[in-house]
Amino acid sequence: MLDALTVAVSVAALVLAAWCGFAAYRDQPTKDWHFIGMAVVTFLVLVQLIVGIVRLARGEKAEEGTTIFVAYLLGALCAVPIAGFMSLAERSRWGSATVAAGAVVLAVLEVRLFDIWTVG
Amino acid sequence: MAETTRERAAETADGGRTRLVKGPGMLLVWLYGVMSVGAVSRSIYQISSEFEHAPLAYTLSAVAAVVYVFITYTLVRGGETARRAALVCCAAELAGVLIVGTWTLVEPSAFPDSTVWSDFGYGYVFIPVLLPLTGIWWLRRSRTA
Repeated sequence: MLDALTVAVSVAALVLAAWCGFAAYRDQPTKDWHFIGMAVVTFLVLVQLIVGIVRLARGEKAEEGTTIFVAYLLGALCAVPIAGFMSLAERSRWGSATVAAGAVVLAVLEVRLFDIWTVG
Repeated sequence: MAETTRERAAETADGGRTRLVKGPGMLLVWLYGVMSVGAVSRSIYQISSEFEHAPLAYTLSAVAAVVYVFITYTLVRGGETARRAALVCCAAELAGVLIVGTWTLVEPSAFPDSTVWSDFGYGYVFIPVLLPLTGIWWLRRSRTA
């Protein structure tokens, strides 16, 4: 469940990055549809955070430690919304580029989360 | 055209202080923010839990964290003094990345664990070496006439 979510969030984040990157390329600011996309990605990360905490509460252990695991989950949750707010302040292609960068950061965090959780 | 008029209005909005967070500056401040959060949390964790394991590496990571936080702050604050301070720090950052990067390659035994700037920022997709270059470019461009 957690691994599936990690893959789902990574893919969603990369799609969002490509989408907002395309908007930046076309010299457009983020629009309502982009914000809906960000909301979807953030919702997936929120589900991941809840599932992760439930797994920990059940007594399962993250390979690299609970602190790092929870810190990465929280960081992953913040990445896209903060970039989204920054794109509201910067209504140009650079706002879209910021969201695209935020989504790439999220995808990287997901790869690390996979390593942090998985034994081996 | 509407874009430039608005940008000018924004420039003078807060007491004539040059805004550094606009256009590409917004992307830059986001990346510096991400590096700050990453480096600070990493340093706090490593120094509080396993400092004896690699004191040199963790101290250097903490220095990197301070530099990132300071640059983020100056970018957000804006103004000519902040711009100069940020420029100096970006140069220091670039020097740091190059020195620490070379050091980790020449003498790996001194670093039982990696720092933020190890191998020229390899672990961070080389962002640590690209960021100061972009920063210096942006800060020089936003110099007030």
